[in-house]
Amino acid sequence: MSGSPLLAVHDLNVALPAWADRERAVSDLSIELCRNEIVCVVGESGSGKSVLARAIMGLLPAPHVHVTGGSVLFDGEDLLQAAPERMRAVRGARIAMVFQEPMTALNPLMTIGRQIDEMLEIHLALGASERRARILALLEEVRLADPERILRAYPHEISGGQRQRAMIAMALILEPAILIADEPTTALDVTTQAQILALIKELQRKHQTGVLFITHDFGVVAEIADRVAVMRHGVLVEIGTAAQVLNAPRHEYTRSLIAAVPALAPRARHVMDAAPVLLEVRGMTKTFAGGAGWFSRAERRVPAVKAVELALRRGHTLGLVGESGSGKSTLARCIIRLIEPDAGSVHLAGIDLSALTRRELRPHRKHIQMVFQDPYGSLNPRMTVVRLIAQGPITHGVAVPEALARARELLQLVRLDPAAADRFPHEFSGGQRQRIGIARALALKPDLLVADEPVSALDVSVQAQVLQLLADIRDRLALTMLFITHDLRVAAQVCDEIAVMRQGEIVETGPTASVFADPQHAYTRELLAAVPGRNWVPPRF
Amino acid sequence: MPQSFWHRFLRNRPAAIGLAFLAIVVVVSLGAPVFFAGDPFRIVGKPFLPPFGVYLFGTDSLGRDIAAGIAHGGRTSLMVGLVATIAAVSAGTLLGAFAGFYRGWIDDALMRFTEFFQTIPTFLFAIVLVAIMSPSRGSIVLAIAVISWPPIARLVRGQFMATREREFVQAAICLGMTDAAIIFRQILPNVLSPIIVAGSLMVATAILIEAALAFLGLGDPNAMSWGFMIGAGRSFLRDAWWLCAIPGIAILLTVLSINLVGEGVNDALNPRLRTL
Repeated sequence: MSGSPLLAVHDLNVALPAWADRERAVSDLSIELCRNEIVCVVGESGSGKSVLARAIMGLLPAPHVHVTGGSVLFDGEDLLQAAPERMRAVRGARIAMVFQEPMTALNPLMTIGRQIDEMLEIHLALGASERRARILALLEEVRLADPERILRAYPHEISGGQRQRAMIAMALILEPAILIADEPTTALDVTTQAQILALIKELQRKHQTGVLFITHDFGVVAEIADRVAVMRHGVLVEIGTAAQVLNAPRHEYTRSLIAAVPALAPRARHVMDAAPVLLEVRGMTKTFAGGAGWFSRAERRVPAVKAVELALRRGHTLGLVGESGSGKSTLARCIIRLIEPDAGSVHLAGIDLSALTRRELRPHRKHIQMVFQDPYGSLNPRMTVVRLIAQGPITHGVAVPEALARARELLQLVRLDPAAADRFPHEFSGGQRQRIGIARALALKPDLLVADEPVSALDVSVQAQVLQLLADIRDRLALTMLFITHDLRVAAQVCDEIAVMRQGEIVETGPTASVFADPQHAYTRELLAAVPGRNWVPPRF
Repeated sequence: MPQSFWHRFLRNRPAAIGLAFLAIVVVVSLGAPVFFAGDPFRIVGKPFLPPFGVYLFGTDSLGRDIAAGIAHGGRTSLMVGLVATIAAVSAGTLLGAFAGFYRGWIDDALMRFTEFFQTIPTFLFAIVLVAIMSPSRGSIVLAIAVISWPPIARLVRGQFMATREREFVQAAICLGMTDAAIIFRQILPNVLSPIIVAGSLMVATAILIEAALAFLGLGDPNAMSWGFMIGAGRSFLRDAWWLCAIPGIAILLTVLSINLVGEGVNDALNPRLRTL
């Protein structure tokens, strides 16, 4: 990591259009990237980290967002002054990029082999068989099993992890000096993420590549970074070695970010096992069948939940953890009857809810309430906040003025300014909307709160606040909670017990501490081993 | 986004011009009994008087005042256009909402029913309906509504299917709301803008269909109408062009201005489609 830097960004300024909430996406930013090192650029959404990557690549959405000053020196050449033809020669061949969502970054109408082949065709003069041999060798290098098949496959025919490997192969085929990776593992499951991170690190060491790795996740940073740059509102607030930034951050903002990272240590249990069982789920089964109608027969059958058994004691919080497609959301929606299960029963406080028709269920619905994942989609954009919160009680027969007054109280409970009651959801930030969603669920004084990935769409500092709020409210109101998450760090913070789901089945269940300390099932062990930065204990200040 | 709907609408010059012209048409039509008192079928002078002479737009083959016909005919056109559209949009919205919300066999049944209407050539169907029910304003409105609602039903169904999956609708189900409350109070307000846009454009189509029916002699015999005027004047096209040209231009400009307004409403309701 010595000698002259491969890439040197000096005093970069990128202007935002007039209607944006700030003047510049990136302000006076300077950063250097050397050969054979991984620099992680970390920041929350809107910090300008992706704009930095695009400015280096010359991919800004001009004319709205454009560079107003500074230089990007690559091998002594200022890329900001380079002609478009010159940039085309640099992009791909010398500086390559890997994007967040491999499904949209790949052309759905071209085979993987053809897309990688294009790179070689454009930049090098090689014969067809030579190109093919080179692609196959590289596909093997990125650990794609059966490269011949991948070569002929279309993007939708392979898994997300395989797609991202193919993207990395495409980026590395011309042995670029620099690889820019923009949140390359954010769209992947945690076990796949661990594999891709290991792959990037291994290939980077082998080819001595300089990697600029953009992420929002401090776990990923701890896993992969040599040096770390922290951005906030377009300004570089801190840069240093990984050990220094992660364990002894100097800037106030970095400290607050790291303090918000949930520790992987289970929370202290303070509940009694003698509490009565509130929720009991037996034999819950749901299979999705596609396309059945008058003129078509069902063809595809996807078993999403297979004979799941679950019991939840009053006052406890059960974490349902698993990767995407494991059936955890479907299970929750079957319990709350947003989806009609094929078989199985749900008993809530002794009442068999599954025996009721949709109409009969309606008055019982207030006992189970749900907090949703998407803070933007879960609030009706045409209703004021106070109406949103009050609509549940009004539906159940509470007088309108009383419901509205109670809604204002609830706003205080979730720590929002009651003066904001008459505004519309779009005027609030993601974290504030999630608080509104919580207030709406609490308005009906439910026995059971089902939270489906309630903090997954939030930035880490906001996530910490919302988790804290949920924990406070749960303790204050003695709520029972079914908490769905893919993030084991979050589960450790919130849950008394954990149920691990995989392919529609619960493979392991038990108190959080014992599952974390002594996982019984191989899949649980795999999940725990895949948590990024599991060996890094975030310092507390 | 802070700009109001009206601000965005009026900044769109063609839409503003369309709205201004439409306002003139409405004023002239509604004021027809005042500006052109008496029966528009009344004979006022010699036949075939050219326009811009004694009478503003001249007289027709029987000596009727064409300007009076335009003003009174406008009443018919606008009334038929508006009422037929309201009926078609209401029916289409209701069916589309139920199909999109409930899906399953309800959707299948309603959509096969809709397709049944869509397989019949629309204008022929309208002619048949008016002929069976005997021509009157009521039967014309009904015929236009019957042939116009299927596209609205399809549009609303698609919107409902997409919106139904949104989490705020799921939340409403969790809160224990009735299906009717979810359909009309939660989903419908969120899908109103494409319905309004489709409806405003449909007024123009309805006016055209009404004119075509009247041209074929299937108009209300007691109501003056632009289509009837063109139909009555078509045999004198080479000797007295204004008999057809003036009501034709009236139809052209009215339909054009409604379309401009509809496009303007669309752009103003969906500002994101136009930026970037």
